[in-house]
Amino acid sequence: MDFSYYPGCSLHSTGSEFDASVQAVFRTLNVGLRELEDWNCCGASSAHVISRGLSLALPARNLGIAEKSGLDVVMPCAACFNRHKSVDYEMRNDPQKRAYLEDVANFSFSGSIHVRPLIDIVANEIGLEKLNSMVKKPLKGLKAVGYYGCLLVRPPEVTGFENPDHPVLMNQILEALGAEALDYAYATECCGGGLTLTKSVIAARMVNRLIDRARETGAEAMVTSCPLCQMNLEMRQGKNGASMPIFYFTELIGLAFNLLESSKWWSKHLVSPTGLLKAKNLL
Amino acid sequence: MTNHSFQTLINSASSQSTQLCFHCHKCTAGCPVVEEMEYGPDQILRLIQMGEKDALLTSHDIWICASCETCGTRCPNEIDIARVMDALREMAIKEGVKVAEIDAVKFHKLFLFVVQNMGRMHEASLLGAHKLWTMNLLADMDAGVKLIAKGKIPIVPHLIKQRGEVKRIFEKVASNPADQKPVE
Repeated sequence: MDFSYYPGCSLHSTGSEFDASVQAVFRTLNVGLRELEDWNCCGASSAHVISRGLSLALPARNLGIAEKSGLDVVMPCAACFNRHKSVDYEMRNDPQKRAYLEDVANFSFSGSIHVRPLIDIVANEIGLEKLNSMVKKPLKGLKAVGYYGCLLVRPPEVTGFENPDHPVLMNQILEALGAEALDYAYATECCGGGLTLTKSVIAARMVNRLIDRARETGAEAMVTSCPLCQMNLEMRQGKNGASMPIFYFTELIGLAFNLLESSKWWSKHLVSPTGLLKAKNLL
Repeated sequence: MTNHSFQTLINSASSQSTQLCFHCHKCTAGCPVVEEMEYGPDQILRLIQMGEKDALLTSHDIWICASCETCGTRCPNEIDIARVMDALREMAIKEGVKVAEIDAVKFHKLFLFVVQNMGRMHEASLLGAHKLWTMNLLADMDAGVKLIAKGKIPIVPHLIKQRGEVKRIFEKVASNPADQKPVE
């Protein structure tokens, strides 16, 4: 099983442990990830604010590169996934926009491949049974909530994500790894990641609402698949006392598979998860 | 400009039919930042219907919107309100009105400037330039220092090979008639 891989800018910087854990887990599962040749930034959370044209044209170039590979392209970052999937949706459904974008990005769209979020590949291509069968160190006693945020699930007609009001993939993955996945009513509420550098006080209020509600459910950690959410949730959470570790779901897969590389990921976090992992005898 | 044409321009820029809003308030009830706003999503749609262009383009609300898409997902008339917010922000910048959150505009412009010239994001360039441009030098210094120490903000940028292709995309989008300043 092979896929094209679009890491996006965050996975080469603030989300480097996400990239490292994705690569390690996929290597172990023997699933190939071929990084797109010379990909460009999709414009993420800024292009759509200033220029609708750029928000469509920048991802369009990457779709052209991905089509050449003939493989579905996997995107770990929810923002990158959302931008590329939106362009894919426009090009499939609006002939006028398609012609414009083919001209601007200089390629001919065939629609032969699909843009897919990483969690879809893990849950639906690799599968929960396979994940479960590879677990060497069950995450026993780790109480966590799955957190999806916005861009993976909305707008549902574009993302095609499973039940946008009550997605379950993340909790299913956590359970397959032996963790205790708790119900969390705020799983698709916005963390304000797009505002974290422009309206940081508002972003902090949004983050702490999510952290407080997660703590009320009994969660000791939150698990996400978005580098913007992860960064924002770590950076803006309250500084008074207790802190809430924020994991990428692939980090927990790597930990449960007992991969040696996993020890390098924890020091990359702004909120250290090592205390929690030691308390659960997972380190 | 007539009231009618402001709504038409926003509808056209966002590909949405804002006249369909019958103010059920579902968008506003679910908006995660509504308590920070002066109007909130449904009143913004009402102001568009009433042609209150200046009030909207100079409002803080359009910069407080987190683009989370909750409103559009719940709208019974299928108005993608986040796209409407994008159209308002884009129009505010293009028309050169007195924007309420100028630091946010500077951030997004610098973000695109970095992408235009390097082909990818380079956080150190973006954040450094934004600090200088806004003279907000000390904001988030503690987090920034930690991220650099952890090797999560690379100092040396990665330049893609085909930077010319990305620059051409910027030029072509800028020359697209539909992307030009609306005619008054």
